[in-house]
Amino acid sequence: MTTTNGTKPGQHTVVAIVEDKPGVLQRVAGLFRRRGFNIESLAVGPTEFEGLSRMTIIVDGASAPVEQVEKQLYKLIDVVKVSDLTHEDAITRELALLKVRCNNVNRHELLDIANVFRADVVDMATNSLMLQVVGDEDKINGLIKMCEPYGIRELSRTGTIAMTRGQKTTTVHESEPEAIARVHQSQGRRVEADLPFSSD
Amino acid sequence: MVRMTGSQILLECLQREGVSTIFGYPGGVVLPLYDTLPQFPALRHVLVRHEQGAAHMADGYARASGEVGVCLATSGPGATNLVTGIATSFLDSTPMVAITGNVARTLLGKDGFQEADITGITQPITKHNYLVMRAENIAMTVREAFHIARSGRPGPVHVDIPKDVFQEEAEFEWPEEINLRGYRPTTKGHAGMIRRAADAINKAKRPIIISGHGIIWGDSSDELVALAEKAQIPVITTFLGIGGFPETHSLSYGFLGMHGMYHANMAADEADVVIGIGMRFDDRAMGRFNDFNPDATIVHIDIDPAEIGKNLPTAIPVVGHVKRVLPELTERLEVHDRSQWLGWIDKVEEEHPSLEIRETRRLIPQEIVRTLYEETNGTATLVTGVGQHQMWAGQHYFYDSPRKLVSSGGLGTMGFELPAAIGAQMGMPDSEVWAICGDAGFQMTMQELAVCVDERLPVKIAIMNNGYLGMVRQWQELFYDENFVSVAVTQPDFCKLAEAYGIRALRIESKSEVLPAVQEARNYDGPILLDFHVDQDENVWPMVPAGAALSETIEMPEKELVR
Ligand SMILES: Cc1cc2nc3c(=O)[nH]c(=O)nc-3n(C[C@H](O)[C@H](O)[C@H](O)COP(=O)(O)OP(=O)(O)OC[C@H]3O[C@@H](n4cnc5c(N)ncnc54)[C@H](O)[C@@H]3O)c2cc1C
Ligand SMILES: Cc1ncc(C[n+]2csc(CCOP(=O)(O)OP(=O)(O)O)c2C)c(N)n1
Ligand SMILES: [Mg+2]
Repeated sequence: MTTTNGTKPGQHTVVAIVEDKPGVLQRVAGLFRRRGFNIESLAVGPTEFEGLSRMTIIVDGASAPVEQVEKQLYKLIDVVKVSDLTHEDAITRELALLKVRCNNVNRHELLDIANVFRADVVDMATNSLMLQVVGDEDKINGLIKMCEPYGIRELSRTGTIAMTRGQKTTTVHESEPEAIARVHQSQGRRVEADLPFSSD
Repeated sequence: MVRMTGSQILLECLQREGVSTIFGYPGGVVLPLYDTLPQFPALRHVLVRHEQGAAHMADGYARASGEVGVCLATSGPGATNLVTGIATSFLDSTPMVAITGNVARTLLGKDGFQEADITGITQPITKHNYLVMRAENIAMTVREAFHIARSGRPGPVHVDIPKDVFQEEAEFEWPEEINLRGYRPTTKGHAGMIRRAADAINKAKRPIIISGHGIIWGDSSDELVALAEKAQIPVITTFLGIGGFPETHSLSYGFLGMHGMYHANMAADEADVVIGIGMRFDDRAMGRFNDFNPDATIVHIDIDPAEIGKNLPTAIPVVGHVKRVLPELTERLEVHDRSQWLGWIDKVEEEHPSLEIRETRRLIPQEIVRTLYEETNGTATLVTGVGQHQMWAGQHYFYDSPRKLVSSGGLGTMGFELPAAIGAQMGMPDSEVWAICGDAGFQMTMQELAVCVDERLPVKIAIMNNGYLGMVRQWQELFYDENFVSVAVTQPDFCKLAEAYGIRALRIESKSEVLPAVQEARNYDGPILLDFHVDQDENVWPMVPAGAALSETIEMPEKELVR
């Protein structure tokens, strides 16, 4: 059984907004190692704010109370915000690339499977094809299982990323209107006193 | 704006941060910095004899004075020699800035001569660390480093600077403002939590305060006294909390833990509300966690949210600075008469005295410490090593004000005593500073005797010479069937050694020599070493064996009482 957002029982989904500085990944990884928290999955990338990165960390809950994980993360000076999405209504996604053996006889079977999983065929050769699939962990595991009988020549998976649904966000809200104004200005548009959201 | 070299910017910033003393040791990559030092005559550089000594001196300086201590070392071996001292500071949360040089930027990561990935090494033992890659970033880095070191829960910050960054020129501007969006310590306690804490304490029949190191760093002894007096709550401390509450106060019941007072341990175990203030419920203080007073409601006041609930389930957490939280809590506390509960503890203390020194012809360290207490009226600063002598220095001297006991608690670093005493003396030039040394620990850093001479420091060095790694011998005696392995240590003649450095020394072998020696040391204006040849078999009591609960505290056995 999984929670509403795909987090496995016993696992925690933690999002950390961190300064985009050299060594910050090592600080976070070092903290997890030292405190004995097991990382199941880790994904790092830029955020909507320059200078901040977003880390999505899936932690094995048996190795650590999530509260300690959060608090210890906060102690790192370069960590700006920590959110626990485990029990949030959130979207979790990972991406996988699979290179699967195939031949002229069974290729169409694989294409059918890909279709069911909404996987894209991103490359094709005489003896193999490459599938790209996006989804939560279960979906990707399912596709892998279906491809195994054909022979998986290569598999590459990203870590999980997560985002809460609806109005709620896990970002740091600072200077949001100003940042939007800057974008408009940089594109040569005039900025009104109350900001020009096209949706407003 | 002025154009300055990286070295000049660094030293200018140190000066603006209020630094007056740097404990350091030169080497290749910091030569540009040393070259610049004479331009800053107000910065006193103390040449140590080993970089570990520099770190302990900076730490001792900080613990005795409350100010940030600063140490400096070259790259590679110089930097790695600081590591033990930085870790010592980290585990006891003391404010320190450690500066190291590194190889030039072009050589970083190429295993050049004397390169060590020192920021990689210090990352888990610092509150924060920096590798400064441009001279223009030095000023902000130093500002942030001092701010982080001294604010919130204090701690060591390490700044690593490549050689050519010291030489690079940049415009210098003193950053007036610091903006660390990831670092905003909570100082104000949550009003609702404070109310809940007050309710629990007001309803309590047997409340007890365990006050810790945080009271000392939060400079809140007076606030603690006001709280305890108003609500008549007995106060016990952790080992590092000693002095945070006046030990001769009628509500003071000594310290608890592995070698704490029997009555303090029993009171902690009997209390219905345990109020931890600026302490982290360490295992040496609390005994086996699972069996620490399971019925007590735990209130925990601490500035570091990560300490709440880390070791013991906490019913009422208050995250904040003691200086702000305690007065608010005191205001909500009711005036109480708790004579029954205080009487209970008094009775335990009467029936199980932990600090009674038995009559014996042997020269025992407890008595030396007690003599020192009586002679100094409790006004001296005692800086200890780690082991039996450390525990006796905590037990048999009574500290009425903070920063008078300087000791490595969390890391338990032997060799801390002499260099930390040097630092303490430099931080508090008018204090009477005694280094209470183990004969083994002293040998780990005794080369720093030279610094006492160089700097003409009147440090009084008392070695509790029992010929043993005493604390380890005690464990082998009690828990390893008296199988004594590698615990007897041969000594040099410490007096001759001191004299070789030009330091006055006295050898004390019998009880009658103790008082005159202490008096002579106190009257002597300069460094002096007292080599006390104490009884070899003495054990520290009471004791909570490792892994046992506080309720299982063992007192001095009969056979030792009559020795
Ligand atoms: C041989 C040996 C024997 C020992 N035996 C004992 C023993 O019997 N009993 C004992 O207690 N210890 C003993 N120790 C020491 C023990 O290992 C710990 O170092 C000690 O218990 C820690 O005390 P503490 O929690 O008060 O201080 P620290 O570890 O320094 O923790 C301080 C706490 O205060 C908080 N704090 C800091 N500033 C503030 C502020 N402004 N406001 C609020 N909170 C703040 C910090 O966040 C932290 O949680 C022994 C050590 C050795 C080497
Ligand atoms: C650097 C270091 N190494 C080892 C230990 C383990 N240890 C704790 S106490 C002790 C013995 C200390 O002997 P001494 O300095 O003579 O003090 P005593 O216990 O005899 O008073 C040892 C080896 C330690 N705490 N620190
Ligand atoms: Mg000894």
